[in-house]
Amino acid sequence: MSAAGIVFSNIHDDCISELTRVRTMASVPFGGKYRLVDFPLSNMVNSNIYNIKIITHYNYHSLMDHIGSGKEWDLARRNGGVKILPPFITAYANRENSLYTTRLEALQSVSASLDEIEDEYVVMSDCDIICNINLRDIINSHISSGADMTVAVKSEILTDKQAAKSIIFRADDENRITDVLSFPEEYSGHGYVWMNIIVMSKQKLMSTILDSTAHNYRSLIQDIIAKRLKKENYRIFEYEGYFGQIKSITEYYRENMSMIKNNSARELFTRQHSPIYTSTPETSPTYYGPSSSVKSSMISDGCTIEGRVENSILFSGVKIGKNTTVKNSIVFEDTVVSGNVKLNCVIADKNVVIREGRVLSGHETAPFYIEKNKMI
Amino acid sequence: MYRHKDCIAMILAGGQGSRLQAITDKVAKPAVSFGGKYRIIDFTLSNCVNSGIYTVGVLTQYQPLVLNEYIGNGSAWDLDRINGGVVILPPYQAKNSADWYKGTANAVYQNIDFIKRYNPENVLVLSGDHIYKMDYSKMLAYHRKKDADCTVGTLDVNIEEASRFGILTANEEGIIIEFEEKPKKPKSTRASMGIYIFKTDVLFRYLEADEKDKGSAKDFGKNIIPSMLRGGLRLCAYQFDGYWRDVGTVKSLWEADMDLLGSMPQLNLNDRSWRIYSGYRPYPPQYIGDNAKITNSIITEGCEIHGTVENSVLSENVKVARGAHISNSVIMSGVKISKGATVEYSIIDSDSVIGAGATIGSDKDGKDKITVIGSAVNVSAGEEIPAGSILSGNKYSV
Repeated sequence: MSAAGIVFSNIHDDCISELTRVRTMASVPFGGKYRLVDFPLSNMVNSNIYNIKIITHYNYHSLMDHIGSGKEWDLARRNGGVKILPPFITAYANRENSLYTTRLEALQSVSASLDEIEDEYVVMSDCDIICNINLRDIINSHISSGADMTVAVKSEILTDKQAAKSIIFRADDENRITDVLSFPEEYSGHGYVWMNIIVMSKQKLMSTILDSTAHNYRSLIQDIIAKRLKKENYRIFEYEGYFGQIKSITEYYRENMSMIKNNSARELFTRQHSPIYTSTPETSPTYYGPSSSVKSSMISDGCTIEGRVENSILFSGVKIGKNTTVKNSIVFEDTVVSGNVKLNCVIADKNVVIREGRVLSGHETAPFYIEKNKMI
Repeated sequence: MYRHKDCIAMILAGGQGSRLQAITDKVAKPAVSFGGKYRIIDFTLSNCVNSGIYTVGVLTQYQPLVLNEYIGNGSAWDLDRINGGVVILPPYQAKNSADWYKGTANAVYQNIDFIKRYNPENVLVLSGDHIYKMDYSKMLAYHRKKDADCTVGTLDVNIEEASRFGILTANEEGIIIEFEEKPKKPKSTRASMGIYIFKTDVLFRYLEADEKDKGSAKDFGKNIIPSMLRGGLRLCAYQFDGYWRDVGTVKSLWEADMDLLGSMPQLNLNDRSWRIYSGYRPYPPQYIGDNAKITNSIITEGCEIHGTVENSVLSENVKVARGAHISNSVIMSGVKISKGATVEYSIIDSDSVIGAGATIGSDKDGKDKITVIGSAVNVSAGEEIPAGSILSGNKYSV
């Protein structure tokens, strides 16, 4: 049972509009050296899925730079490998807008390319999820249960605020979906939260796309799952490992910080035989100077640290000057923090320069974001 | 069918490097780990690519497994190419003979067919076990300008060290008038780096003649260069002034690693105009715990540090537990240093485990007594390994 992968690179861009102004959700930096797309791609490769299509929308230059030939994920292949599918305008099924806004419309727009998939099953994943999951388990459960569609879920206890940002499934004892709630306003307590991963047979996927085009359906959840769950066999697959989801800049910040504070989160990167792959520029190791003091931090290669760094994440090529203190912050690639600076709860994008003596602070509920290439 | 090349490189990477002791038990010297995330051959390969030389033969012989696997298809150095790229050249069985490489010259001689496929004007012969950043294209331009038959890369060494090298004398025009391999009484301090550019036809002629000479050691320094000089060929010296180390001994390997430390290191690896490339491995960023103390050290990906690290170089995936103390040492990939262990003036090779409270080496004699722990050695808890000891991986092999 061979499977192909489909990755949606833009679906949740608006959740963290600060970071996606210059890039897709898929190419948002994460955890010191990764981009969010590394999680779905690595999950697929580690589950023997080597034929992957990434559906893009706009702003995908940074994504193309990151993916390159795909060799860092073992996806530079003659058969299959990774392909980026930009919008195919003339084939648009959605006649009102020129660009898709939902997952179903995205699928409709590239259906001609999807039709070429020769694998029996298709795994679809978004790029807002942080997990190291064996997708074979979902595919196997999908096959053995004879489901028409299987969605991966995480069992969670939700506050009403969290529920209002989630898609929640209800299921019977045999994991068959009985109800689906999209961003319910007054919901709290236990719920199966959708991990934005779907498994279908290729045949079922294509017939669903064709049918939804004919009926002008737009939403997979509301027009397909909610309307057909009695007639069709839709199932959940409960995942028990670490799972993080990015729904806002606060959650983006918190998910990054949990890589420092939470050992089980950090173990994502060291799961036996299932590394998270990424492509990074070639850099030397990091140099810790004589006056450096680094604690509880994740540091990538190519940095030069002369000051203090605590509870922070440094991407590659970052420079931290003397007498500088960086606390609770995330500093992207090649950013320079000069001497005598104080940073607290800051997210500094790529190539930022923070000049001598600056004091900047946000709060963990509202981190201070500095945009790419800015000088402060 | 192969496109003509101006210059191709032949890297001699078959040496054992026996003076590196336990470190080269299982790997050839060019594959020895250096500078945290590199292997020694990264420097020569990166120099080739940065100099615009994209056809590179790597001649391997001693313990080639790690080296072959590491070089792979050469993609880490952008040397995975349809036309050229990197090709591993081990000794092989030919129709009438099968031979190990008997010397540096013989190794290149056995691969004349490889060179002929590219029909280059010049052949650059390099050694795969030196640490330096050098633009070979400048040397090639000099070689052309001088219309030399052979150009030898040279550098100045200390007079005490001179008898370890090929020592030469050149006139004002840079033409070599005298060459002596490892002289007992060196006449100058201008030493050959073991880097040569030959006109291809001249190289072939001398390699073939040398092959017929039964008494020859089949070595570039001992035989080819002296006989070219005797033959009246035009040999030029090209002076290199940058950082260069032959890390042939435990002490020199340790010293070269230490040269990477400091705010203005002797060898700057963070130089974006001359990147040194290394093989790609998917390790997470380094994690520094809340009790860690790190000063004047370089550390790379996959490491997890909870103890104290000073004046040291750590490769990938090194785990340093709380209360462990590492100073003035080189720790290679996958090593685990347990709680309360002390490591001073040592080189610990890959995948070794240092038990809790163990003591490796001491700072009493400093760099004159470097302790070496070979690959995959288990040092039990509380054990004391005196300064200057060498524990071989085989002895404790797991």
